[in-house]
Amino acid sequence: MKNVVILGAGTAGTMMSNHLAKRLNDEWNITIVDQRRIHHYQPGYLFIPFGTYTEEDIVKPIEKFIPERANFIQKPILKVDKDNDRVYLEDGEVLNYDVLVIATGTDIAPEEIDGMQGPHWHQSVFDFYTLDGAVKLHRALENFDGGHLVVNIAEMPIKCPVAPLEFTFLADAYFEQRGIRDKVKISFVTPMDGAFTKPIASAHLGHLLEDKGINVVPNFNIMSVDGEAKKITDYEGQEVDYDLLVAIPTNKGADYVERSGFGDDLNFIPTDKATLQSKVKENIFVIGDATNIPASKAGSVAHFEGEILLENVLRFIDGKKLKDEFDGHANCFIETGHGKALLIDFNYNHQPVTGTFPFPGVGPLNLLKESRMNHMGKMAFKWIYWNMLITGRHIPFVSPTMSEAGKNLEEEINA
Amino acid sequence: METTIAGKNIAVNDEGYLTDLNQWSREVAEAIAQEEGIQLTDDHMPVIEYLQEQYKNEVPLSIRKVGKSGVVDIKGFYALFPGGPLKKASRIAGIPKPASCI
Repeated sequence: MKNVVILGAGTAGTMMSNHLAKRLNDEWNITIVDQRRIHHYQPGYLFIPFGTYTEEDIVKPIEKFIPERANFIQKPILKVDKDNDRVYLEDGEVLNYDVLVIATGTDIAPEEIDGMQGPHWHQSVFDFYTLDGAVKLHRALENFDGGHLVVNIAEMPIKCPVAPLEFTFLADAYFEQRGIRDKVKISFVTPMDGAFTKPIASAHLGHLLEDKGINVVPNFNIMSVDGEAKKITDYEGQEVDYDLLVAIPTNKGADYVERSGFGDDLNFIPTDKATLQSKVKENIFVIGDATNIPASKAGSVAHFEGEILLENVLRFIDGKKLKDEFDGHANCFIETGHGKALLIDFNYNHQPVTGTFPFPGVGPLNLLKESRMNHMGKMAFKWIYWNMLITGRHIPFVSPTMSEAGKNLEEEINA
Repeated sequence: METTIAGKNIAVNDEGYLTDLNQWSREVAEAIAQEEGIQLTDDHMPVIEYLQEQYKNEVPLSIRKVGKSGVVDIKGFYALFPGGPLKKASRIAGIPKPASCI
């Protein structure tokens, strides 16, 4: 018997276990490892602070989504011994593999920012990239009757790069609904030179910040948090005071990557951006947020990678040349509040442009434009996630590589 | 679009960032630096070369990453390129500005 071991049973790992279970022959054992027992619908974290979803709405047992022929081991990973094709688990169990698929994602690392953690953590400084953080932020928002809400991105890359902006838009709508918007100042504090950084998105959407009365503080590279004085300071000495800080800390890959000696300085794994084979060793493949490829860290990207990675694992096993077709395709809904959303569809070579999706000229979804239909698409996505995406089913009309049809790509000239 | 920098026709985007790193030269860098109010010296060059190297390897850059590079610390980076070091240094190095997906 031969062994394929998948590390991580989140979006990408669960999906790959289902893909591989359908296509690998009986000679293969499939093992999937994750220290957690519960699968989180991570796109739902965004809605928890505003009470749209509760904790129960976005969790299900991991095992429910692992195919019958795969063996799920719920244990923490100690390290990968790439030279001997072995995974060591923290309790000493050893897993030998012929092919390793790494899907251990990324997590926030608030310890990277001086002073971010401390007695104020989850009291006046929150994250919404963990279920715990999102739930506690919900309570804090409910008790927030006015003051300065600051949303800060520490540094790129981060998981779901549009989420901080969505959070900011939803906060604006939330306080308006509560009738206290005039008592709340909202600031979006970013290390980049604006809330939108791509020229076309900026031209079409830049007005949203002004319309919603959101204060943007650009070029702010956070150095430290002073939890007692409630202020953040950047490397140039610029300060921003807050009453409630919603932090998007540095994102890092899993700790065992560092122990295994093959990650970059943020524990992301060097990976070929077109084949998804690692640059660590030929029998190690990487998918989703764990890679260092220049694609967005997002579930849709993992989904599009999945179909190409499956093909490449099968080709690798058969000794065939790998398919170098992954184009960085991402597809993301962006909530803008008040029951509306945007949709963006882009890849390595094309930035988000306007147009229609998925049917050229028809839609029903609009690219880079606010609509109610886009918001309905975002809310319907939860069902698609549990029933199609992580079970490894093809989503109709949406191809793994980006379609150029229906997109106004001429907008990209000079942009 | 094309513009003239240091007497050469150079392709740039709307914000004046080079769109083709192959057209970069020390002279071009000096001219762009001057526009940014910076007098380019030999001390700037290792940082510029580091940024170009990261860009070629498609590594996303941040101030903190540059600070951990061993080439320059964060304080030194601000001293060399005051007022938005990564943005300015990227433009001088002929690589795109740091950006998000949208």
